Amino acid sequence: MQAIDYLWLIPALPLAGAAVNGVLAYRQAPKPAVTAVALGAPLASLLVAAACIWQYLAGGLYPRAVEQVSYAWTPGTVDGLHINVAFLLDPLAVVMLFIVTFVGFLIHVYSVGYMGHDEGYARYFAYLNLFMAAMLTLVLGNNYLVMFFGWEGVGLCSYLLIGFYYDQEFPPYAGKKAFIVNRIGDCAFLIGMFALVARFGTLDFMPIFHRLATEPRLGMASYAGGLSFAAFVGLCFFIGAIGKSAQIPLYVWLPDAMAGPTPVSALIHAATMVTAGVYMAVRSNVIYQLTPGVSLFVAIIGTATALLAATIGMAQNDIKKVLAYSTVSQLGYMFMAVGVGAYHAALFHVLTHAFFKALLFLGSGSVIHAMGGEQDMQKMGGLKKHLPVTYRTFVVGSLALAGIPVFAGFFSKDEILAAAAASGMPLHWLFWGVGWITAGLTAFYMFRAVYLTFDGTFRGTHEQEHHLHESPPVMTVPLIILAVGAVVAGWIEIPLLHGTQWFHRFLESVVATLPAIGAIQGGAPTGTRELGTPTEAILIVLSVGLALAGILLARSIYGGAGGAERGLAFEERYPALHRLLANKWYVDELYDAIVVRPLHGLSWVFYRVVDVLLVDGSIRAGAAVTRATGDLGSLTTTGNVRNYALYFFLGVLVLFWWIAR
Amino acid sequence: MSGIHLVNESMSVPVSWYLMLSVALFAIGTAGALTRRNGISIFLSIEVMLNAANLALVAYSRQLDQRTGQILVFFVLAVAAAEAAVGLALFIAVYRQRRTIDINRINLMRH
Repeated sequence: MQAIDYLWLIPALPLAGAAVNGVLAYRQAPKPAVTAVALGAPLASLLVAAACIWQYLAGGLYPRAVEQVSYAWTPGTVDGLHINVAFLLDPLAVVMLFIVTFVGFLIHVYSVGYMGHDEGYARYFAYLNLFMAAMLTLVLGNNYLVMFFGWEGVGLCSYLLIGFYYDQEFPPYAGKKAFIVNRIGDCAFLIGMFALVARFGTLDFMPIFHRLATEPRLGMASYAGGLSFAAFVGLCFFIGAIGKSAQIPLYVWLPDAMAGPTPVSALIHAATMVTAGVYMAVRSNVIYQLTPGVSLFVAIIGTATALLAATIGMAQNDIKKVLAYSTVSQLGYMFMAVGVGAYHAALFHVLTHAFFKALLFLGSGSVIHAMGGEQDMQKMGGLKKHLPVTYRTFVVGSLALAGIPVFAGFFSKDEILAAAAASGMPLHWLFWGVGWITAGLTAFYMFRAVYLTFDGTFRGTHEQEHHLHESPPVMTVPLIILAVGAVVAGWIEIPLLHGTQWFHRFLESVVATLPAIGAIQGGAPTGTRELGTPTEAILIVLSVGLALAGILLARSIYGGAGGAERGLAFEERYPALHRLLANKWYVDELYDAIVVRPLHGLSWVFYRVVDVLLVDGSIRAGAAVTRATGDLGSLTTTGNVRNYALYFFLGVLVLFWWIAR
Repeated sequence: MSGIHLVNESMSVPVSWYLMLSVALFAIGTAGALTRRNGISIFLSIEVMLNAANLALVAYSRQLDQRTGQILVFFVLAVAAAEAAVGLALFIAVYRQRRTIDINRINLMRH
């Protein structure tokens, strides 16, 4: 039996789990049954995935792309367009498959503890399993349509889980916001797919990439609006990624998405779904390699997002908001890497980020659990003696995020910064510089959160303090496993351990630079230069130094007893700046003024004038005429026999006149 | 056979006179049926209308020298008798229910 023949089982198992738990949610099933299904489905999926990966790597299949057609969706009926429900396993899919199944399963385990007392226990796991199914479809699909199917599926689950607490006011609103903002990007994604179908008559990855790689002129031919074909498709796909991966200007949904349960934030809004845009861009790297202009645009957007979100993160007091803006910021790094052509670095950061950001979110969930739902860091403090495991793992995650050596984030972030500095793009030193400053800000805001939460003295109510407790093992064990991952996940890229950067080489068959590009463009503006070991060493020292400075600054302000008060005083010193950052640069207010309100106004006009006045009005007018005629006619129905006799008589007269006429 | 033709054609009353009388009776009956409030009076008016029709039938029968019209009159008389019987029974029933046969006050057919 070939494990790899059962690739389709990987998304199918969680789908079955979702179906079963969806039914159980209505049957008041006992909790152990729900738990068994909820954990069994992703575990089975993880085991199948492990078997497939093992066979792929050890069975001599690497580095080929293995395709499995499960079902002919449109068997050649639509203008010869062939769409199959087919799955693909290649090095890129292997990495994503590992992240999604492994981290996803850990978060399922954690959720058993975190959601244990929730009434919607079965409903929660039905959604979460459905999410796994959609996300695995997304990463395993072998064409853009199957990918898009998963893409929309994860969007749906995101919506369902953000609005999980539907009896409160804000979560359903946040869910709708996420769904609508994502639609903007999805629309562009669809247009990009249409362009591909029109040009190639297929949506399968391999034929498209093969033709573009062997005939680059096809991609560089002028297409629409002064853009080349590759630029047009690349731009459309990037707009899709902007929505899904929360980049400027569509990032606004992600911070609000924190209204969902915390494990959801860890799984969907940090580790997996939001990285789908990065995955898609890396998957489509052939297209981006053909269009330096769009790549530059991607890098600019990513860099700007990284900086903007990091500045906002410095002034948030909600622990989950800090992590949310941190996620947006890290996604910005990933797109910076995509933009400068370091696709392997982008995916590497996806991998390490999945570990340490999932860890941080689950850690914050453990804190919130202990605090009885409190998320305001100003009301925490001194939690390290009550929550020792959470504290230690959270610090590991923060060090990884801050980019301190040995921890995973250091390797991936540094690879991105080095790639930015080494790229032949215009502005590449600006990318490096902004990325460098953002790294310092990241270290600062993350340790601000650590010190406010765990250091100093407890600032909550007496009752909360009484209830403080470390989370049960079902929650802390995933934390510990993720913490180990947050340390060692970066080691695969240490040149000393493997002779060369192992991860980079592992992905080479997917992200290799197209040989034809340099010849055509003459001097290859996207090509990378060798930086040389001394320069690289200086860059590393600079970024680590700034990260350490950020940590020390956070420690000097927020650390120790009275840190929170000192912090408030520090923030008071720059009132205008603090207000600007705490209010998120007023971006939500800006969108409200230029998009939401005009749209409301327009819909008010359509409602009042078009619907009520014209549509309803015409129907009401018809009804009124009928009613008036009826009322008039009913005047003859007096009930008096003599009147009826008169009508009868008149009728006879008319009849006679008619005959005698 | 001479006994049969007692009436001299030249001396007989012209058929148009019968018809005018019939029309007058019918108009009187119609007016009565439409204006009277008492149910019995309306019945009597309808009887007048029926007999106006009978008169016209007999007159034509004679004018055209055919017996069909006279036969028809028997039918009309029979139906009128039956109608009177049923109608009176109805009015008695209505009177028992409502203590009146004023049809202005019997207007349950109003919508």
